[in-house]
Amino acid sequence: MSCQKAQELIHGYVDGELDLVRSLEVEQHIHECEICARAYRSQTTLRSFVKNDSFYYPAPEKLKKRIQSSLRKEAKSEVTQRAFGWRWLTVGASLAFMLLVGVVAWRLAPRSIRPSGDELLAQEVVSDHVRSLQMPGHLTDVLSSDQHTVKPWFDGKVDFAPPVKDFASQDFRLYGGRLEYLNNRTVATLIYQRRLHYINLYIWPSEQAGSTDENAIQRQGYNMIHWTGSGMNFWAISDLNSVELHEFARLVQQGPL
Amino acid sequence: MQKQKKLASFEEAVLPHLNAAYNLAHWLTRNDTDAEDVVQEAYLRAFKFFGGFHGGDGRAWLLAIVRNACYTWMQHNRSPELTIPLDDELHEIESKDLNPEALLLQSADTQMVRQALEELPVEFREVLVLRELEEMSYREIASITDLPLGTVMSRLARGRKRLQLALTNQMHAEVLS
Repeated sequence: MSCQKAQELIHGYVDGELDLVRSLEVEQHIHECEICARAYRSQTTLRSFVKNDSFYYPAPEKLKKRIQSSLRKEAKSEVTQRAFGWRWLTVGASLAFMLLVGVVAWRLAPRSIRPSGDELLAQEVVSDHVRSLQMPGHLTDVLSSDQHTVKPWFDGKVDFAPPVKDFASQDFRLYGGRLEYLNNRTVATLIYQRRLHYINLYIWPSEQAGSTDENAIQRQGYNMIHWTGSGMNFWAISDLNSVELHEFARLVQQGPL
Repeated sequence: MQKQKKLASFEEAVLPHLNAAYNLAHWLTRNDTDAEDVVQEAYLRAFKFFGGFHGGDGRAWLLAIVRNACYTWMQHNRSPELTIPLDDELHEIESKDLNPEALLLQSADTQMVRQALEELPVEFREVLVLRELEEMSYREIASITDLPLGTVMSRLARGRKRLQLALTNQMHAEVLS
């Protein structure tokens, strides 16, 4: 390991954020290199200064009381609003009835004018994508830019082996993976990053043989591309512009040129 | 009753993290009363959006809201010069001269360190506070600050470098005086 690399990794090492292999490499290097050992020591010294219990500001007791009482007030006013809502119940009931009529009409309508399977799936994909970005820590179950970490992670979690590739040199960096429930089954999800945009790529085995061409859809400002190939269904979604998302889809299908 | 249930489960999931919330707010606002106001505001906001919290890490969820409340507060109450634009690399420090100072660093006193930490630009201060005082992982910090993991790592590294430089400079000044 070079000194430059070791110095880069020293923070991750001090913070216990390196994987075992990297961690051992840094440790080894520190043993052999006095300059890096010194850098390491000064980091641990600095750290011991900052990790000072007297730097932690505990909340004053009166703040807790203040918050509890304002929460109670807030909860009460929410209830009042809800009580007021009873007046709207009659309106709600008529709306519900109209909805019921609508559903019946839709049920009776010829199949052709109902939303297609793709349309329903697209809605599912959009809401999953939004949810994945909304909740802290929800984007990835396994966080790694290493395809050899992400691919085995899916072993035993899904009954197929999704193709996992990193396109970092094309500026689509593999960010991690997670499991999702989509289209009534568990699907593998890969997350890629391009600048500040995330791409969710959903993959699951296809029931029909053969492949289909790319299909581009736009919903709620998100671009989606889906296709079937090598026995798998692929859905890619992002807030990235459609040109770059197409470039991504092509990379997934054909690999780097 | 529904409201009692919501309030009770909110208090159970989120209230225990009051110290973490206040500590972060205090380090960001650098002032007792403002920290209290910001935390109270953040709790009310959190209560409103509690429906969107689906279990999991209540602390990280709350701290993201506290941080947002702090930034809103900073926009209203501080001149913009305190949040330094991040692409401003003018004061970026080279690491080459820092290492021999390790010994000197060992005699830095608590007050000096506190002050140096307080004077760091907020972007570095927050990641250091979350990492060292709240002992959060890079991934948790990334989700709270809504930053890519790589940015969290580089801010931590740069923040530490700045802190180290500030401390060694002070030590030098003291030795000379």
